[in-house]
Amino acid sequence: MADFLSLQEAVSTHINHGDTVAMEGFTHLIPFAAGHEIIRQEIRDLTLIRMTPDLIYDQMIGAGCAKKLIFSWGGNPGVGSLHRLRDAVEKGWPNSIEILEHSHAAMACAYEAGAAGLPLAVLRGYIGSDLPKVNEQIKFIECPFTGERLAAVPSVRPDVTVIHAQRADRKGNVLIEGIVGIQKEVVLAAKRSIVTVEEIVDDLNAGVNACVLPSWAITAIAEAPKGASPSYALGYYERDNAFYQQWDGIARDRETFQTWLQENVFNKGAA
Amino acid sequence: MSLEYTASEMMSITAARALTNDMTCFVGIGLPSEAANLARLTHAPDITLIYESGTLQTRPDVLPLSIGDGELCESALTTVSVPEMFRYWLQGGHISVGFLGTAQIDRYANLNTTLIGDYRAPKVRLPGGGGAPEIATNAREVFITVKHSKRTFVKDVDFVTTVGFGRDGKAREQVPNIGRGPTVVITDLCILKPEPGTNELVVTALHPNVTREQVIEATGWEIRFAEALATTPEPTSNELEVLRDLKARTHAHHAGQ
Repeated sequence: MADFLSLQEAVSTHINHGDTVAMEGFTHLIPFAAGHEIIRQEIRDLTLIRMTPDLIYDQMIGAGCAKKLIFSWGGNPGVGSLHRLRDAVEKGWPNSIEILEHSHAAMACAYEAGAAGLPLAVLRGYIGSDLPKVNEQIKFIECPFTGERLAAVPSVRPDVTVIHAQRADRKGNVLIEGIVGIQKEVVLAAKRSIVTVEEIVDDLNAGVNACVLPSWAITAIAEAPKGASPSYALGYYERDNAFYQQWDGIARDRETFQTWLQENVFNKGAA
Repeated sequence: MSLEYTASEMMSITAARALTNDMTCFVGIGLPSEAANLARLTHAPDITLIYESGTLQTRPDVLPLSIGDGELCESALTTVSVPEMFRYWLQGGHISVGFLGTAQIDRYANLNTTLIGDYRAPKVRLPGGGGAPEIATNAREVFITVKHSKRTFVKDVDFVTTVGFGRDGKAREQVPNIGRGPTVVITDLCILKPEPGTNELVVTALHPNVTREQVIEATGWEIRFAEALATTPEPTSNELEVLRDLKARTHAHHAGQ
């Protein structure tokens, strides 16, 4: 059964220096509150995995938490660059990071393979792309039945997964609604998992085919209202698109970023 | 009497016209999304729009800023997981058109959204591949829309993130289970199509009041023009009105108004 912990306890108990961490949420349900707690606890040398690093990893990379990033699309959606990611890759600030990049299809398949307990994922992908030349995790295999050449990538098996979800019941079962992304796969692929939720309720009111993660498949649950903001939680609050646009100006400059980080992350404790 | 419109409006409207009511379109964010929704709000009301966040058959009232805005999910027929999106719906062969933007495009319609310069020491780091590498090969055909400039239209892309026809124009030959690739590129100056046989992009239509010299000046290789060079029809007042309303609604929404 999942343990109910404070966000501070969940992070300090389950995320260690040097861990491989996947914090997912496809534009929706991005676990920002947990990301900020990792920054406050100054956890270092993380290998961060996310399909879209988004602002959450831009902040964590700028705060010096990462040594490596595995991703498939590293921009600020509809706005432009992730300036902290670019500064780390282009100029090594605050530290240089290693990057390993995939396509979305390959990463989605790699998470699914991780959840399925397989060592690799197979897809019809990367045809004609230069990505296999710069990422040694991308290989090609021959289908033993048809001879077709297919791409193969290793499955993703994080030490820890962190996701946000709408709600948990008092036993720790979790409901995810809306753009479910790869939330289920990334939890099942990991050795340990932390799920932050908007609220804890008596009854999930889940439909029979709803996306529900049972309590016994989760390590820890922490209540974190508005824990996905400035991304969103369907049914609770909308995506703060104005903040995503403002982030471009905040993150472009190292000093503005550090001031923002001090005021909005370090000077605020966990909820 | 001819209407007043900008080159960007001309591009979006021309791109929208490339889509038809019976298509199932996998939509990239930005210009493709604007064009696809304009098509849905004008001549193609029943077009199926699909975004990589898993939203199937979506009908947003405002253009999404991100690929996964709540608007896309709430107005969709259904929302599936991301692995299901890429494996069943895209790789499974249900997408007729992939609609993409890009940072760089070359004469064989290869797309670069990874970086400018050398991979290990990039001059400019771009976002990366996202869904595009597999959209471009698993969709039955690909439409591309991008603003025309010498920085964008280069002879050879610095990095092939997403294949058009490869470095030699032949990358799709003898590859099983692969789509036709790019069939049209729509810019703010003209329409380009791959030339049968070589797959090199040639200009097939100029937008009204655009000259050959302007296109030559904005292209990084010796661009060729089709023998039967057409002129793109001007936007209609209805197309302009719908586009401007859509953009005004979108702007107000994302500014938090």
